[in-house]
Amino acid sequence: MYKTIFSKVGEYKKQAVLAPITIVGEVIMEVTIPMVMSKIIDNGIKAGKISYVAGMGLLMVAMSLLSLCFGALSARFSAVAAMGFAKNLRNALFHKVQDFSFSNVDKFSTASLTTRLTTDVTNVQNAFMMFIRTAFRAPIMLISATIMAICIKPKLAVVFLFAIPVLGTALFFIVTNAHPRFEKMLKQYDGMNARVQENLTGIRVVKAFVREEHEKKLFTENTDKVRRAQVFAEKLVILNMPIMQIVVYACIVAILWFGGNMAVDGNLQTGQLSSFIMYVGQILMSLMMLSMLFIMFVISRASMQRIYEVLSEEPSIADPENAEVSAKDGSVSFKNVSFSYFGDMNNLALEKINLDIKSGETIGIIGGTGSSKSSLVQLIPRLYDATEGEVIVGGHNVREYSLETLRDQVAMVLQKNVLFSGTIKENLRWGNENASDEEIVEACRDACAHDFIMNFPNGYDTDLGQGGVNVSGGQKQRLCIARALLKKPKIIILDDSTSAVDTATDSSIRKAFREKLSETTTFIIAQRISSVQDADRIIVMDDGKISGIGTHDELMKTNAIYREVYDSQQKGADE
Amino acid sequence: MPPRNAHPGAKPEQTFGTLKRIFSYMYGFKVQLILVVIGIVLSAGAGIAGNYLLKPLIDNIEESLTLGKWDKNGFIGILTVMGAIYLLGALSSLFYQRMMLKISTETLMRIRNDLFSKMESLPIRYFDKHTHGELMSLYTNDTDAIREMLSNSVAQFISSAITIVGVFTAMVIYSWQLTIIVVVMLFIIVKVIGSISSRSGKGFIAQQKAIGAVNGYIEEMIDGQKVVKVFNHEAKTCEEFAKLNGELCEAATRANTFANILMPIMNNLSYLHYAVTAIAGGIMTVKGIGGMTIGTVVSYLQFTRQFSQPITQVSQQLNSVLTALAGAERIFKVIDEEPEEDNGYVTLVNAKIAPDGTITESAERTGRWAWRHPHKADGTVTYTEVKGKVEFDEVVFGYEPDKTVLNGISLYAKSGQKIAFVGSTGAGKTTITNLINRFYDVPDGKIRYDGININKIKKDDLRRSQSIVLQDTHLFTGTVMDNIRYGKLDATDEEVYAAAKLANADSFISHLENGYDTMLTSDGANLSQGQRQLLAIARAAVADPPVLILDEATSSIDTRTESLIEKGMDSLMEGRTVFVIAHRLSTVRNSHAIMVLEQGKIIERGNHDELIAQHGKYYQLYTGMFELS
Repeated sequence: MYKTIFSKVGEYKKQAVLAPITIVGEVIMEVTIPMVMSKIIDNGIKAGKISYVAGMGLLMVAMSLLSLCFGALSARFSAVAAMGFAKNLRNALFHKVQDFSFSNVDKFSTASLTTRLTTDVTNVQNAFMMFIRTAFRAPIMLISATIMAICIKPKLAVVFLFAIPVLGTALFFIVTNAHPRFEKMLKQYDGMNARVQENLTGIRVVKAFVREEHEKKLFTENTDKVRRAQVFAEKLVILNMPIMQIVVYACIVAILWFGGNMAVDGNLQTGQLSSFIMYVGQILMSLMMLSMLFIMFVISRASMQRIYEVLSEEPSIADPENAEVSAKDGSVSFKNVSFSYFGDMNNLALEKINLDIKSGETIGIIGGTGSSKSSLVQLIPRLYDATEGEVIVGGHNVREYSLETLRDQVAMVLQKNVLFSGTIKENLRWGNENASDEEIVEACRDACAHDFIMNFPNGYDTDLGQGGVNVSGGQKQRLCIARALLKKPKIIILDDSTSAVDTATDSSIRKAFREKLSETTTFIIAQRISSVQDADRIIVMDDGKISGIGTHDELMKTNAIYREVYDSQQKGADE
Repeated sequence: MPPRNAHPGAKPEQTFGTLKRIFSYMYGFKVQLILVVIGIVLSAGAGIAGNYLLKPLIDNIEESLTLGKWDKNGFIGILTVMGAIYLLGALSSLFYQRMMLKISTETLMRIRNDLFSKMESLPIRYFDKHTHGELMSLYTNDTDAIREMLSNSVAQFISSAITIVGVFTAMVIYSWQLTIIVVVMLFIIVKVIGSISSRSGKGFIAQQKAIGAVNGYIEEMIDGQKVVKVFNHEAKTCEEFAKLNGELCEAATRANTFANILMPIMNNLSYLHYAVTAIAGGIMTVKGIGGMTIGTVVSYLQFTRQFSQPITQVSQQLNSVLTALAGAERIFKVIDEEPEEDNGYVTLVNAKIAPDGTITESAERTGRWAWRHPHKADGTVTYTEVKGKVEFDEVVFGYEPDKTVLNGISLYAKSGQKIAFVGSTGAGKTTITNLINRFYDVPDGKIRYDGININKIKKDDLRRSQSIVLQDTHLFTGTVMDNIRYGKLDATDEEVYAAAKLANADSFISHLENGYDTMLTSDGANLSQGQRQLLAIARAAVADPPVLILDEATSSIDTRTESLIEKGMDSLMEGRTVFVIAHRLSTVRNSHAIMVLEQGKIIERGNHDELIAQHGKYYQLYTGMFELS
């Protein structure tokens, strides 16, 4: 996991390496300064040599300035490296998602993918920055300060031999125990936020049923749980500070006692003693930093795991090698096709489907919610792979095409369709980047969208806003149809794409399809019988199987489900 | 889509007032707060006192070297005092942190509860004007910021202030001459921090903007991922993303460089200070200026290190405190909002109705309801049976004062009738139902409910007498059972099953993994839209009210299923006054009266046959000559 993720540091490797190296420079200066100071006291002040005091003092000034430069450089390097790393990680994730098939996207859900690309990347980025800044700083400081202390007086350094393990163990204990407690807290916290979210979206339900007090009671229970979990988790973490203080203070007292005795006996210089106290601070601070680093790491691990899940996901549909076939026409046939969204033969969405559709035919598909109408057509542009059997488009198995070629030939207007921020024209050009203005207008006329577009003050340059919020449902559907038409495909699939369009417009769209796209194989999934009534053939789907296939008149005679749907919609219309 | 960055400004407007208000939430913790402050003082004081005692200790050693005789007892004495002070310091810091944790979590809980409680009482109008993202971030970002402030910053600020003052005092006591250097350093430090923070501040604003752009793009593209694929647009999208991402990287690098640089600069300025002090102190000791001793120098050097730490801490915390205060201000603004107005005094009571029609109030559930109507003038109380008769008299209404949505609507629904509204989006169908349950109040015209002006009826009681099934179904985290029971909290299991059967939801529920005990999460994400609507219908059914409002309640149910539940729906509607809004005209055919709305006016009314015979708008709609958008 770490290898995959950290390989994304990429071209910022130089900075990622330089950041700790420069920090080592800073640390070396920092640990040398107390040493120089002890020299000033012992050899300068005590001997009364002002020139020595001034000389060494200036050396210290130079060292601190040098250290400042190192520190600043390292700050810069780590910022460049961490932000660059985040950039690469985001790009990698985004590219990966673009490679995903529909079933990959379904598996993660769009909301969770968004979080992984935003919040999780930020978490990892912050942890990484902290890591390259302190992962070297802390241990090197620890080691070099200890070495310095030993150099000055090995016997006195024995104190650290006790202090470091004690503090280390305590910190380790706290960090490892705190982790599950924090996880628990976050879970409570998520639960609480979910409740708020639900109350926001469902406020009308809450008010309509007069459940304000009920919700308040539930929420109070939630917040109390959060509070308790927080106390439970944080009461461990707040031990850090006092424990650290006790150990540092104990060290200082011990060093002063033993050191004082040595000094009186003439075995230790006063300056050395005071530099020792400086080292106490440095050594124990670096231990503290290590424990913080560990906490950060633990927090970011969940995020890393979630990013890794995306990065390591294999796209379930990939281009075949040397795919050079192209569709010769718009014929489609299903041979014994079964399909499950989960690849589970016991939970089939489609069961043993056999179909032969000639190029240029118009096929209507009808059936209740959950009868797998959409599942059927989604196999044609290979949005999903059939679990069993073969789907043949234009004379070749869909698996033989490169996805790009196949999807260029098969245009699909999805049920849950999306327009993007930008102008109408920009959105339509998704269908064909090089479409001329004339082609765009023509497609819009066919989709009965031209008139309402021209009614906007800015016509085709009208800005749609995020998610196409500035147009009504019916208008959106017609824009989506025009967008698909611009592809000039061999096969076009409308998955319930005119549900919000009135029947008159619906029928003129179909008329345009009949006249202009007679060569194009057309699939129309609809709820309304009137939308499919005049198709060459109508497929009636029921529970993943084809219940009937034929023209309107044939089905009225032979298919009970079809007749039932027809009756439920036509009741009274002929009265 | 709520905006990602729902934070208009990061700066608080009223620092002091807001701070005071946060502290007002700590009621009941006065003694503990005083103890916390004492604890902080002791803990910070211990650090200073310890360094202060270094001087006598070092001087003691130096004296012994010059005099050749060691005052060992004096040495032990000082060291013992030092140890005791240190121990006290560590213990008080343990103590105050523990106490502060209790106070801060409790305070936070109170703020959350207050906020939620206010939110529940706000009028629907408020939710129209504010995005969910905006309100949600009060619970996440803003309370998080307050939490951070309460549990870290407050104590650290006090502790830092005490340390700075204490150390400075000690420094002045030991040598006023060396303190001049301190003042100069302090001046430099403040300058440096100021210039770096303003740069990093600007950088972070730019970064925030870039993050907004990147996140917006991610959200949009991931949401439309399937469309991207269908159009082979992957490469192009990646390219655009890389561009935005590159801009973010640049802005973020700039912002973080400045933020990162602060630490090493502060740290090393402190070493610089240390070095300068060592030179000056050394020279003074050698020359014997100001009675300087080696002990003073050692103590003083420790002080210079101790001095810079709190300054760095405060400068780091300052940003988070400002964020917290700005967040608190936003929270308090919501808490200060006016709650839904309710001057109603007519209440809903259980009633016993005698054969002669006299109504008496009953303490237990009788299955029949009455309006208890006290008359202020003569102090008498009258009872009216709840029947669900609704009358609109020239009702004019607009969501905004200058834009009316309903222009003089008059209608009369007898109890037990089914009334349908038909018309395009924006014609005012949903608005009418929103007025019946007083989601919004009417400025002009009158709405009467069982003959009583609805403004006189207590809102809660009015709503309790009605059930509503909305176009957008909202379910809550909990089991299927809990969700249906939402309509009537004390419904028995049998009542729930019956309601589910009525709504034709029973069959799909029993196919769920755990049947009625299946957990629904994130608004019932594991159910289809149609199934969710069936649950919403069941929820309304279990409430068993005299009035039922169905706002596109069956829009996501296919016609075949709809015809299956038609019987259930019919029995659900039986004996109730029902208002139906439906896109699909087959749903409204059997209504007693159909109102065709256009631009806030009723343009046609009558039953299905009458309207068809009129050959007007309804006829056009019904025969599909017109588009309902």
